[in-house]
Amino acid sequence: MATAETSYDALNLPPHFIESATPAADWILIWPVALTLLGSGLLVMLRGNRTAQVGFAAAITLAVVISNIYLLLRVFEVGPIAMTMGKWLPPFGITFVADMTSALFCLAASLSTLVVIFYAQIELDDREHRFGFYPLVLLLLCGVCGSFLTGDIFNLYVWFEVMLISSFGLLILGGRKVQLDGAVKYGFLNLLATTFFLVAIAYTYGLTGSLNVADIAQKAGDMPLGSMVSVAALFLLAFGIKAAAFPANAWLPAAYHTPSISVSALFGGMLTKVGAYALYRVLVLIMPEGRDFLEPAIIAIAVATMVLGPLGALAQTNIRRAIGFMVIGGIGVLFAGLAINSMHGVGGGVIYAMHSILTLTALYLIGGLVERMSGTNDIRFMGGIYGASALLSIAFIILVFAVAGLPPFLGFWPKLLLVEGAIRVGDWLLVAGLLINSLLTLIAASRLWAHIFWRNGHEGERSEQANETLRLLTPHEIRLGMVPALALIAVIVGMGLFPDWVFSAGGIAAMDMLSPDRYISAVFAEVPQP
Amino acid sequence: MEIALVGLVTLFFAVALYLILSKSIIRMLLGVVVLGNAVHLLIFTIGRLTTEIPPIIPAGTYVPLEGSANPLPQALILTAIVISFALFAFLLVLGYRAYEELDADNTDNMRLAEPEDAPRPPFSY
Amino acid sequence: MNTVIFRTVAPGLAALMIMFSIYVLLRGHNEPGGGFIGGLIGASGLAIYGIACGVQEARKALVIHPIVLAGFGVFIGALSGFFALFAQEPFLTGLWLIFHVEGTEVALSTPLIFDIGVYATVVGSVATIALSLEDSEEED
Repeated sequence: MATAETSYDALNLPPHFIESATPAADWILIWPVALTLLGSGLLVMLRGNRTAQVGFAAAITLAVVISNIYLLLRVFEVGPIAMTMGKWLPPFGITFVADMTSALFCLAASLSTLVVIFYAQIELDDREHRFGFYPLVLLLLCGVCGSFLTGDIFNLYVWFEVMLISSFGLLILGGRKVQLDGAVKYGFLNLLATTFFLVAIAYTYGLTGSLNVADIAQKAGDMPLGSMVSVAALFLLAFGIKAAAFPANAWLPAAYHTPSISVSALFGGMLTKVGAYALYRVLVLIMPEGRDFLEPAIIAIAVATMVLGPLGALAQTNIRRAIGFMVIGGIGVLFAGLAINSMHGVGGGVIYAMHSILTLTALYLIGGLVERMSGTNDIRFMGGIYGASALLSIAFIILVFAVAGLPPFLGFWPKLLLVEGAIRVGDWLLVAGLLINSLLTLIAASRLWAHIFWRNGHEGERSEQANETLRLLTPHEIRLGMVPALALIAVIVGMGLFPDWVFSAGGIAAMDMLSPDRYISAVFAEVPQP
Repeated sequence: MEIALVGLVTLFFAVALYLILSKSIIRMLLGVVVLGNAVHLLIFTIGRLTTEIPPIIPAGTYVPLEGSANPLPQALILTAIVISFALFAFLLVLGYRAYEELDADNTDNMRLAEPEDAPRPPFSY
Repeated sequence: MNTVIFRTVAPGLAALMIMFSIYVLLRGHNEPGGGFIGGLIGASGLAIYGIACGVQEARKALVIHPIVLAGFGVFIGALSGFFALFAQEPFLTGLWLIFHVEGTEVALSTPLIFDIGVYATVVGSVATIALSLEDSEEED
């Protein structure tokens, strides 16, 4: 064994390491990231064996969902939990922290991924399988969960890049010309956004000398206000592009309708919300003074995004592009939560993000089924599906109400919180924006429903004649496509009908964001007090 | 020394943004490369410049020498270089494929995903 | 690129480079080197072999598809973090097993496993890109 003269003695140097044992229960933080990373490596090795790929991908994602449920329960029980990699003492090691916000986002993201993994079987051909749809989806989930769970701001950048690389891969999977076009725009703008993010990280490091979120949150108060506002504005720019908020939203409808519908569902559901999550984390938790200074700008972005998103959806004839604009409208609501900055605002925003992840994924999937039945993605040439599949039309109308935020679905409760919060701080512009957003989204989405399901045939004179291009879903498509989507809708309806735990989770999330004492003490629990 | 590096970083950013604002994909790609280097230099400068003592812990001790360089920015830059290199390689291949398939190096001609003769909004019925 | 000299030298050169890449990988923990740089050297060796003797030959010599190697690298890289679970330490904590063989100190550790994962990932992914680029040139 090791003797005194080995050159590895330094490894046992105690003062800079965590000394207490780490119980296996704390590892719950790691599973979502580690399992997906392991899984994506494993699935690449299994290339060519389609059945095994699907089976492993579903099993791993299911395990991640279960571990995220356990994580959520544990955060409910003990508050934020943290783990610093490689035994280093924070702030020197890379810390993973799960507070209620992270746990809720992780759970929603893994749920929608699970549904998409089932759905993808009905639309991917062998070629797309061979080029690695499932490994890329797991890698994407890894990047998304990593972004939600990490407590280190440079590590957040790394997870963003993991996400970006896998999303590039997914976007061009299949290699149709229109996908290349969308990917060029998506690629350049997102690369630019992450580079701005890196610049903001550099300034944060220069000003505070730290990269650990909890540590920066403690030290940010010492920053001069001018510097903090500049850095906060850079973060707002970077994450605003990522989240597709108003002036920087053009890339989303240009790219999200080009890949297969499973990929669109994943992107529309999860990816934009990661930008919004990072914005909440940075502006509310780390730099509250910077956020206060930028509040007028955030309000302007929020109102413009909330109104212009659904207006864009109204103008579209392509169902995928219409849903893409609804994604943008939802981002506006998240910005409204950021602008309100109270228990109501942040709590409502977090719950709305969770609702938005689940609902928009389901909306894309149901939209994909509609496309398969009518053989086109142009709503002018759809129609008559109500007669062909009543179940699908009920599912769609539920999502119409959910996405517009009507009771009793999940979208209603966070909107209620946000409107109440906006009234309490007396911000009538935001109140108007939130209500107009609901109204316009309802009009845009219900018009989609009327065109696709209600009328008998195509647009124009033939609208009363039956749609002869319609085909029914095969049993295979019903089993693997419709059933998972309906299960997701059942989750949305269930959470809307029994919103108690969602409310209390949102309250805890907002509390830990607005006064991060519990977050900070969880990170520094192992550090000996002087 | 800091002033000189700051000037260099500014110059890099200016060049990068000018190139990225171009309509030609290949110029935008070059802009991305320069932008990446601008950020790496920025991180390097922001980690404070010190005299040239490398941040290597001498044998037999547990802490680096007094006044040695800050090793963290170098680690961050290394990570960022690897990532930006990977993304640049991807975008290069993507740009080349787009040039082959769409026959367009000019972004104005790249309207496949958003056709300019987009149909009018749908009638009510 | 198809001169007799190059085709004669390339296999030996490739073998030498791959051997050197493994040497660089193994000395990596306390000396300059490591999985990333070693992987790049190894992948360059494969690329040279592919240029000289044809991509088909290079693929045959590799036996497995390079992307599978990359997946394997990601897999064991992630796996190396899990050893700490059994030692009640946080994820990715380095665990060391040091013993002496005939007077030489041999240190086996989980960072080494991680580095081998990095090596495999880099060799696999760079070789995938290089070989497919060489492939498409041959088609032209």
